Amino acid sequence: MSGPTLSLGAGQEVGKSCVVVSIGGKRIMFDCGLHMGHNDHRRYPDFSRISKSGDFDSALTCVVITHFHLDHIGALVYFTEVCGYNGPIYMTILQPNVWTLFTLLSMAKLCSSLSEKKPYLQYPTKALAPLMLEDSRKLMEEEQFSNDQIKNCMKKVTAVDLKQTVQVDDELQIRAYYAGHFYYALERWKYLSPILVLELSEVMKLTRIKNNPFAKAGAHPIFKLLRLFPVGIAKNTISEVLGAAMFYAKVGDSAIVYTGDYNMTPDRHLGAAQIDPLELDLLITDISDGSVTFYAVLQNDSFMGYTAVLNNGSFMGFAYKELCMLMDDYWERMNLKVPIYFSAVSEFDRSFINASGPCVLFASPGMISGGFSLEVFKQWAPSRKESYCTSGIMEAYAVMAVIVKYSMIFRYCVAGTVGHQLKSDKSTRVHVDKETQVDVRCQIHHLSFSPHTDEKGIMDLIKFLSPKHVMLVHGELPKMVKLKEKIESDLGIKCCYPANNSTVEIASTQSVKINATDSFVQKCLRPNFELSNTVTVSNSDSSSQQCNAALLRRTEGSRVAEGILVMDKTKRAKAVDRDELLPLLGADEHLIGFAYCCPVSLSSSENAQPRKSPTELSNSTPLEEPQHHSHSGSLIHQLFLRLSSKLESEVNIQEFSDRLELESLRVSICSNSNCPYRIESCSEGKSVIFLCCSWSLADEELGWRVIAILRDSDFSTTAFSVN
Amino acid sequence: MMELNWVAGNHCIADVNECMRKVQTLKYAEEACYNGALVIKAFSSGLDIGTCNWTISSSKSRIAYLSSSIFYSLHAMSFDYHSLRGNDLVLFSDFSSMMDTDSSGGLCASQSSMTIDSMNLSDENTSEATINALANTNESSDAMDKLAFICSCAVDSVGNGGSVLIPFGRVGIMLQLLEQMFASLESSSLEVPVFIVSSVAEEMLDFTNVVPEWLCKERQEKLYSGEALFGHAKQIKAKKLHLFPAIHSADLVKMWREPCIVFTPHWSLRLGPVVHLLQRWCQDPNSLLVMEHGTGAELALLPFSPMAMKVLRCSFLSGIMMQELQPLLDFLQPNVILFPKDLPAAHLSSIGSSFSLHPYSENEIMNVPNTRNDHEIKLDKKLALQLLPRMIGEGPIAIARLRGKLELNHGEHILRSCRESLDSSQSHMQLHWGSLDPNLLEKALQKKGIDGSWSANTGANDGIHVFRIANPSSALIEIHAMYTIISSADETLSSLLVEAVSSVLEGI
Repeated sequence: MSGPTLSLGAGQEVGKSCVVVSIGGKRIMFDCGLHMGHNDHRRYPDFSRISKSGDFDSALTCVVITHFHLDHIGALVYFTEVCGYNGPIYMTILQPNVWTLFTLLSMAKLCSSLSEKKPYLQYPTKALAPLMLEDSRKLMEEEQFSNDQIKNCMKKVTAVDLKQTVQVDDELQIRAYYAGHFYYALERWKYLSPILVLELSEVMKLTRIKNNPFAKAGAHPIFKLLRLFPVGIAKNTISEVLGAAMFYAKVGDSAIVYTGDYNMTPDRHLGAAQIDPLELDLLITDISDGSVTFYAVLQNDSFMGYTAVLNNGSFMGFAYKELCMLMDDYWERMNLKVPIYFSAVSEFDRSFINASGPCVLFASPGMISGGFSLEVFKQWAPSRKESYCTSGIMEAYAVMAVIVKYSMIFRYCVAGTVGHQLKSDKSTRVHVDKETQVDVRCQIHHLSFSPHTDEKGIMDLIKFLSPKHVMLVHGELPKMVKLKEKIESDLGIKCCYPANNSTVEIASTQSVKINATDSFVQKCLRPNFELSNTVTVSNSDSSSQQCNAALLRRTEGSRVAEGILVMDKTKRAKAVDRDELLPLLGADEHLIGFAYCCPVSLSSSENAQPRKSPTELSNSTPLEEPQHHSHSGSLIHQLFLRLSSKLESEVNIQEFSDRLELESLRVSICSNSNCPYRIESCSEGKSVIFLCCSWSLADEELGWRVIAILRDSDFSTTAFSVN
Repeated sequence: MMELNWVAGNHCIADVNECMRKVQTLKYAEEACYNGALVIKAFSSGLDIGTCNWTISSSKSRIAYLSSSIFYSLHAMSFDYHSLRGNDLVLFSDFSSMMDTDSSGGLCASQSSMTIDSMNLSDENTSEATINALANTNESSDAMDKLAFICSCAVDSVGNGGSVLIPFGRVGIMLQLLEQMFASLESSSLEVPVFIVSSVAEEMLDFTNVVPEWLCKERQEKLYSGEALFGHAKQIKAKKLHLFPAIHSADLVKMWREPCIVFTPHWSLRLGPVVHLLQRWCQDPNSLLVMEHGTGAELALLPFSPMAMKVLRCSFLSGIMMQELQPLLDFLQPNVILFPKDLPAAHLSSIGSSFSLHPYSENEIMNVPNTRNDHEIKLDKKLALQLLPRMIGEGPIAIARLRGKLELNHGEHILRSCRESLDSSQSHMQLHWGSLDPNLLEKALQKKGIDGSWSANTGANDGIHVFRIANPSSALIEIHAMYTIISSADETLSSLLVEAVSSVLEGI
């Protein structure tokens, strides 16, 4: 059994992803996230649901973290250091492309070259997690845990590589899959960008390394980025989410996948999520906005920026590299000279804020929950002429917003943030904090991803994996309801979306291990040519089928496997082929066969020979023998023609001088008047010849069909005379 | 023509690239599946960065290919022997013990006045039984000692105004040697340049600093604490280590200063910059050539002899040590071990006798003994519940007709129930055995309302019984020892008779 799946967070809401799955007796916690919209106990998942006594080590087999966003990892330190979980924790190690190599290289150098830098970097998720946690710690009013606790927590983390099959214990296997490429910015990374510039030569070198995707794709986006930001201003804090993974877990026959955030659409440079076709009982999928492609939206964004700039305004957007790229394209094409600024809190020259003329500013955080984006927001929002556009993706608690005057673009913003107020109220007055209110006179645009694009990625993944059940997490209720309907109607897969702290039971595949003999397996897997319409084609078919099979990961026996299962109390059950059973049992086969001497009427009386009674025939002189044979031969031939036409090409009829053979059926002219199988006495006077038929039980049906044809037949005797 | 080109070195790059295009790369412990039937995995062997042992498993057998492995490495990820456990067969192909005929490892100097005591690798009594002890043998400190020794020799040479030439073989060792060399130079406060002359040096050094997943734990921790994985990055920055693609690089001429320490290919001393440098220094008694042991040193040095240059031959652990062999195999628990025919007897005896041992030799095909006769397959529970088992006699055996669809997925056979009903074409499979008891048959026929009598005249009377049926219509059952014939003009009656006969016979 997959057993009960307990959703501790992200159930019908966005924030604090945390799902505990019981699978084959093991218990895995997927993600351990923090809810940024709350400041009380609701911020953390309710861990007491896992274990009342607080003995989490025995209650959980392991914790798996998909990526380092706070709503996926934020509560981890709390869980390990405050709640006292000491069991294994898994995070990803590296992404399979040079971009990661490059980034790691930069980061490694970054750390060694910035003397005061903390030893934070190991593997993407593991490396970035402490930075994130540290940030979140600072944001909180009362500190729940210390920096030392963060480090201590990270020591318990095991880094795993993508696709590496990790044996957590004897039964539980986990495997990470690339979750696609999405973007993220981290304030702490403000140190990164000057290094990026410095290390450009390193990038160039790495582009020569084999399998480098950029060698094919042309210039790496980073080059463009670097062109975009003069070194003096380049204090940007953008980067991708590195090492985000979907996790596969398997115990015995039960298998599940937990996605975390993922992106099913490749962007211009790097790939989409990649996963093998797996046999799954349950797919737990994240349906948050942040996980989906925003390429189309980005097009839109850069257009907004463009319009804003044309109107002498400034643009505040969010810091996606792709957006930068697109804007750069626009700037180039339109020959714009308007500056684009990237900022981090501390190192930005603030004088531009009040400078005249349009500009584009990327600032963080994206939800305007504080920091620089809020600072700029306060200044720019009341202005009628200029307006702002902020946006952020839902999980981007520390993501920069990009500010452009004139438009305000929103994505999802967590409740309680300024971004959320702007989005939901469309109000002209925003409460920044208890004391401060800001009049908003600028235009506000809220860009939501088109639901179609949203759903497409999710639906694609579900369709590809075709699990037995789907569980939706990390999304808003209306969206879940809609998606559930779609999944159930379009794909026919059962779907649920449990609320927080509720438990769902999902039945899983179960199987019994048995042994099987070679010939059983061989016969089961051999393609069944008997099913193909024409016998002649089967040979060429077989070769092509074998070729195809070689290419397929999954081979299916094209026919129903038949065999016998032998169960011995002392041994494992064993599947054998039919032919292997009797030797195994030490018994001899007892065949059941049919025999029937079938009377066939002859219509013409002109020819004497066939009219002869069988007695006469058997008593005929040796001289007559050859003649008789020729006649019987012709009768056999006529029979052959008749059966051939009636049975068409279903069976292969073989013609011999004295008999016909079809499968096990033998038909011959019976010359024995005392034939024991001559069951019916025939009426005298009718000219009759007897055909002795015998066939096996396997061909029971065929036998009777042939008998029926024989009985219906009216053999013309002229045929005999002619021959 | 093709081969000639290969020999001449033409068109090789294109061929190599074409070849590499066909290679599928894997990470450690990543599962590759061939044709649905075989699951192939690689696990770190510890010999060098990225070296591995393989396992291949199917529903019928599991094979481990054990190559030269080192339990504890100072650079590469250590030997992952845990993942090789539980295979039916171990194909032992660690040839390291067959390579060097004299003492397994050690340093020796030749052709020079300098004599260096060979350092014996084997720790006196490390045949501890537990597997933990295996990993704790002092392989690493031994390797460190050797590196330190090479460095001290190099420092001596440089101090005397000679240069040091190191044609490298194993990448990992070279990287360690680089680190050690700089440490030694620093401690002896010598300022000599270190050069690496190779067309791939730059790329290789960059690459080795961004692949933590292939390295040992200690080096991974380095990354975590913000240090470079290997020390060479620092030295390049400090302009102490210089990389040049070729000996004729313009920059090299500018930078060149002797004495110096040069790492350059190729260890055969026949290819690459090493040839030129050796020509330059072979008559200098102060210069030092560091060579790996067992590469046919005499032959390699022949063109340069007589040499005044010192030659330091060193060897590093390149496989499983003899005393480690048995505990390792005991841990892996294979049923069958295939080993090279030429494996030294001492090694063979250390494998122990608890396994079935089979020698293999070059250019000979051998049949691998079957360790298991049956496939291990999975029976879907849904199908298992549909089974109708019946006991055979009084015995412990029960049999059931099995009907399903066999799927082969990722090396696993799964038998699932299929939609087709169980009845269709059942007769096709019917199987009966044993002899037919006439009395039981008569009773079975009576139950079905079929009347008849035993024919008195049974011909030869050799165990043939004939039952003549009069009602509902005439028919006949002829019972022989091992077969029964039913004769009837009526299909319906005939199938009734079959039912009766089947019910009396043992069958399925």
